[in-house]
Amino acid sequence: MLSAKNKTGLVFFPAFDWAISPTHPEREERLLYTQDQVLEEGLLDIDGIVELKPDLVTLWDVQRVHFCVPDVWSVSTESHFISAGGAKTIGMAVMEKKIDKGFALVRPPGHHAMRVVHGARGFCNINIEAIMIEYLRQAYHVDKVAIVDTDCHHGDGTQDIYWHDPDTLFVSIHQDGRTLYPGSGFPDEIGGPNAVGTTVNIPLPPYTSEEGYLYAIENIVLPILADFKPDIIINSAGQDNHYSDPLTNMNFSAQGYAALTTMLAPDIAVLEGGYAIEGALPYVNVGIILAMAGVDYSNVKEPDYDPDKIRQPSNIIGDINDIEKQILANWRQREKIKRGIQKSREFAERTRNLFYDTDNILETQKEKIRVCPDCSGALRIATSTDRGINVLALHIPRKACKACKALGYKWFEEKAAGYFDWVFLQDRTQDIYLEKKKKGF
Amino acid sequence: MIIGLDVGGTHTDVVLLGREGLVDEIKVPTDPSNLFDTVLKGLNIILKETDPSKVKRIVLSTTLTTNAIVQKKIPEVGMIVSSGPGIDPEFYRTSSHYYSVSGSIDHRGREIDPINSDEIRGVAERLKKSKIRHVGVVCKFSVRNPQQELKIYEIIKDTFEKVFLGHRISGSLNFPRRIATTFLNAAVYPIHKEFFEAVGRSLKEKGLKAPIRILKADGGNMKFEASIDFPVQTILSGPAASVMGAIAFATDEPEILVLDIGGTTTDMAVLVNGVPLLNPLGIKVGPYQTLIRSLETHSVGIGGDSAVIVDSRGIKIGPDRNGPAMAHGGPVPTPMDTLFILGEITNGNREKSIKGFEAIAKQLGTSVEDAAKKIFDRTCRMILLEARQMINRINRKPVYTVYEMLEGYQVKPQTILVLGGPAPYFAKGLEALSNFKVHVVPRWYVANAIGAGLARTTSEVVLFADTENGIVAAPEEDFSQKVDSQFLKQDAVALALDLLKQKALKGGANPDYLEMEVVEDLEFNMVRGFYTTGKNIRVKVQVKPGLIHGYDSMIHGLASKNFRSR
Repeated sequence: MLSAKNKTGLVFFPAFDWAISPTHPEREERLLYTQDQVLEEGLLDIDGIVELKPDLVTLWDVQRVHFCVPDVWSVSTESHFISAGGAKTIGMAVMEKKIDKGFALVRPPGHHAMRVVHGARGFCNINIEAIMIEYLRQAYHVDKVAIVDTDCHHGDGTQDIYWHDPDTLFVSIHQDGRTLYPGSGFPDEIGGPNAVGTTVNIPLPPYTSEEGYLYAIENIVLPILADFKPDIIINSAGQDNHYSDPLTNMNFSAQGYAALTTMLAPDIAVLEGGYAIEGALPYVNVGIILAMAGVDYSNVKEPDYDPDKIRQPSNIIGDINDIEKQILANWRQREKIKRGIQKSREFAERTRNLFYDTDNILETQKEKIRVCPDCSGALRIATSTDRGINVLALHIPRKACKACKALGYKWFEEKAAGYFDWVFLQDRTQDIYLEKKKKGF
Repeated sequence: MIIGLDVGGTHTDVVLLGREGLVDEIKVPTDPSNLFDTVLKGLNIILKETDPSKVKRIVLSTTLTTNAIVQKKIPEVGMIVSSGPGIDPEFYRTSSHYYSVSGSIDHRGREIDPINSDEIRGVAERLKKSKIRHVGVVCKFSVRNPQQELKIYEIIKDTFEKVFLGHRISGSLNFPRRIATTFLNAAVYPIHKEFFEAVGRSLKEKGLKAPIRILKADGGNMKFEASIDFPVQTILSGPAASVMGAIAFATDEPEILVLDIGGTTTDMAVLVNGVPLLNPLGIKVGPYQTLIRSLETHSVGIGGDSAVIVDSRGIKIGPDRNGPAMAHGGPVPTPMDTLFILGEITNGNREKSIKGFEAIAKQLGTSVEDAAKKIFDRTCRMILLEARQMINRINRKPVYTVYEMLEGYQVKPQTILVLGGPAPYFAKGLEALSNFKVHVVPRWYVANAIGAGLARTTSEVVLFADTENGIVAAPEEDFSQKVDSQFLKQDAVALALDLLKQKALKGGANPDYLEMEVVEDLEFNMVRGFYTTGKNIRVKVQVKPGLIHGYDSMIHGLASKNFRSR
């Protein structure tokens, strides 16, 4: 009898009746062959692997993380609520020790969804990992969380949500942003003034294979994780580093993904992208599930797997060494850099233009944060879109100091909704969400 | 007339049913070491005063194959499995005559690595040397493409008495279960065949010409002739017989919980609109997870004769049964004894029950009557708790579409139907301790045999189409056809229903009352690049379990007549 070393929970929600559009990569068929493979391999019969039925998240679960404009239902569907609910179900089961580890094999994905949501970016509407994490923090008082995003695309949404949070380590390892959507995720993106260093970006050159990828995990990600000492580790398990993925240019494999999962040893994995639905996903997912459960995966291989064919070009390891030096230097000196940035500043501001490629919306954000030695700082985002919407979004962080909390409410009171169509306030100290709206809206 | 026979662990129940009602009913003790004698004895007694030529239907539910597996009295079987990449097939080893060979098929049914004929011949040679007569052949994804199993079959078919192919045993995905199920099928094949041929001969000698039908785990029956190659489907039909017996007397409530309280165990099942829920994947037999289609039943080790132990650690009821109630000469106190003590049953030695409960009463610091009441209540509560847990498990079954998720159908039965030996006595307790309305199945003591007798013939067909590959197939039915891109889901459903009809008729169904239904019909656009290249269609159809046509008024009669006291 085959049995799992780690009791492993699996939420499988392929959303067989939901697609962005009929021929879109994010369509009904995406997890069909994965389901076939998982069923045929009999994974759910392995003693210690259990399938859980996802719960739906609530409106408030979404509002705890996002400012959805104008409201949650306008930018998401039931399918997103189930997908995020799948992650939440796994998270709850892990916290309640019903399972040791869990994998939410769900769609649609979420890691490109940022704090403010006007629509879909990179196939993502709401950030399913962040919704799970903030729920776990609220319900189970989890504090320090590490997210390791192994999707081939930079997890810019998750990065945005945790940019100012020193209690969340966000590590994204992805194909170099100069060669792939969304074009961000460089080593100098290391977090906001109150959270310097807890954002870590590892761009890998195109055609990086098992060798380079696992090298980066071992020599960059694992040491940083060991330093950070998170309460839980979450893997945003995108599967598009695969050599057969149609949207990317990497040379990773099912064996590589399984080994990566063993090395990271995440408590929770959440599926993100991955669009080689026949040649990669069935094998990668089987590899990840077995690795999480602690079952031998040495013979899980794609039919056309040939390590020689996908071997990385010889110059790649040198490039990775250079990135490694830069990232580890930033990490080691993060406190020093932070002191430098925070010195004699009361506020920090940035202005950004964001493009919602899936929904074709252009957003302009003016972000202002209180530089705070005591908490992660009151946050004020003025956001407008090319569709003529103006919104003020205010965030009081979970562990806000008195001054930041007061400032958040001051901002909320002083801006009568007039210039802005909506004013939203997320007060995470009390776990509440307030909104004011302009007359006529 | 109809004969229904159900072999149980202690008793074998036989009924003779006519349009007018229950003509006769008998019980004979089960001799597990000689089931043939038990079955024959039961049939002889029931036929004593009946003209055998009037019997038009005879349905047997036996523990023959189950016992053989559980007691490991099965002949040696050879297994040849081809796995390709994935989990090491060594984990699924069935015996020392188990060989993993080369060959590989992917999830779309494409051949990745070929079979090696020389290797197969070598394995066959070794199996033959070990005097193996029956062999199972299972390839991963053979239900998407059976060609490799068929190639192996061609190579070895003349070397062995009988070769079983995995794709013919079940149409469902699950390689490990396909191995186990094919293995069990090959193992019980000779036992099943020999037994029922012998029963058939004996009945023929008596002038009984109706074909023998055998009850399956899914609550349906099939003719013996159709079951010869698939005997594994007749495993664990006992709980199904009881559920079908309960259906005969089911009330109009949309959802009903069925409890069959026996001596050792209580079996549970759920009826929705009079149809029992099926287990989605397959039943577990001993240590084997299988693809055998079965009713969703849950068996717990609590029954009327469960051993009751009360000591410093608390009260323990079951799962052991050490014999009948003390009132009937058994060695240890049981829940049945509480009924003697409380005066609910009188046909036994109450004094012995009281004596048995004296120590329990002392341990609990109360009177014997009060102790009996406590143990009885505890037994009922344990059964109710298990029932609630089973309902929760059913409601926690995952779904895979947004529609089903939001639809969120939840089973919440308000009514319990109880059958089995101590049914009427437990009914009162179950009702007092819960919010369920509790009804006793009329003829509760032979309802299982009635259920066997009246069960209809069931079958299932799984079909898939992959228009990019240009194929529609139901490998389990030995069916495949070329299709073009114009092939649609409704065409697939029509084909599946047609195959189902043929299969059901072969199994012995009444062509005028085929209750076919579509269980699953999924259609996916296959997109490669940015173009739709085909459709992937999956269809599952079934004749759902239920009772044969034409006996409603007879059943009504049985239900309305006063119960005979026994």
